[in-house]
Amino acid sequence: MRYDSLLDAVGGTPLVGLPKMSPSPDVRLWAKLEDRNPTGSVKDRVALAMVANAEKEGRLRPGCTILEPTSGNTGISLAMVAKLRGYRLVCVLPENTSEERRQLLRMWGAEIVSSPAAGGSNQAVRVAKRIAAEHPDWVMLYQYGNPANADSHRDTTGPELLADLPEITHVVAGLGTTGTLMGLGRFFREHKPDVRIVAAEPRYGELVYGLRNLDEGFVPELYDDSLIDSRFSVGPRDAVRRVRELLDAEGIFAGISTGAILHAALAQAARAVEAKVRADIAFVVADGGWKYLSTGAYEGTIDEAEQRLEGHLWA
Amino acid sequence: MAIEVRVPTILRTYTGGEKAVSAQGGTLAQLIDDVEASNPGVKERLVDESGLRRFINVYVNDEDVRFTGGLETAVADGDTVVILPAVAGG
Repeated sequence: MRYDSLLDAVGGTPLVGLPKMSPSPDVRLWAKLEDRNPTGSVKDRVALAMVANAEKEGRLRPGCTILEPTSGNTGISLAMVAKLRGYRLVCVLPENTSEERRQLLRMWGAEIVSSPAAGGSNQAVRVAKRIAAEHPDWVMLYQYGNPANADSHRDTTGPELLADLPEITHVVAGLGTTGTLMGLGRFFREHKPDVRIVAAEPRYGELVYGLRNLDEGFVPELYDDSLIDSRFSVGPRDAVRRVRELLDAEGIFAGISTGAILHAALAQAARAVEAKVRADIAFVVADGGWKYLSTGAYEGTIDEAEQRLEGHLWA
Repeated sequence: MAIEVRVPTILRTYTGGEKAVSAQGGTLAQLIDDVEASNPGVKERLVDESGLRRFINVYVNDEDVRFTGGLETAVADGDTVVILPAVAGG
């Protein structure tokens, strides 16, 4: 396929079946390979949509500085889009994110401000909001509250899934900013309302939940729980186990959060088998495993991998 | 048998530093009342008049109770209940 530029090549990712991991011909799993986007993650769709929308609204003009709190993928995607469109990018990144992510951000020209590991992305959001107040001329696209984040999935990922899999019964994706699921939820509620929207949320080590106060908790402004049907919390052990199974059985090398998403998808598959109903379950492969090699998640025993991920923001 | 309730760091002041407590009940609401009986003060941090507090998530066997009946979600011996503060991803 031919595109005029890299930005035109965002989206249109393959949907591939899982012949070995699907429990039966009636209950099938399908992987939406979002690692096939230009910077290797689902966030290219979001970054492109947020920038295009801000340009359309006149909030972004050539030479502007973009500021964003991000644990990695959104930052990397924004760095690529910002470079190609001529913006400076400053990312606020929790210090417990993998070294690969930092290198990639710098490679694409982003500047990094570190936020404390304790509190994870909550802290990054807080630090970014403070910096935004100090630099009123900078533009914070703010993925957690920017409708263009969810809209990008309503307008592209959702239609792609339905076109490739008209018999779809479930969609499973990761819950971070909630943008993927909010967009997919809106699309399917309108076009095929019986599709069940399932969220897989990574459960990190205790350090990440180290808030001083419960009032410092964070629910993204985009989140509307009426758009999803169930929500699962998946720990690093299950995520690592599944991501390795995906590689072993189907040859798909995915990032650790995809293991969590697959774990939730397999639970839906098991329920369908038990209920003796047909199911076509599509799940989002958010990114490939490359950025997480240094975490040690793909080597040694599951116990060792689980231990090494303690304290990491692995999704 | 009983139900294991895992408590986040921030609420362990109510559990004498314990990471998990054992409790009983047929619904999540009853379970929280049982936890409160031996760990006074904890309930007020989890629920208000409208139900679970906004920044509190509770999972029964890894499933978010907001989608399974909220405080009326059924629980049984052998279940694991995890309480976590809401955090950002992305």
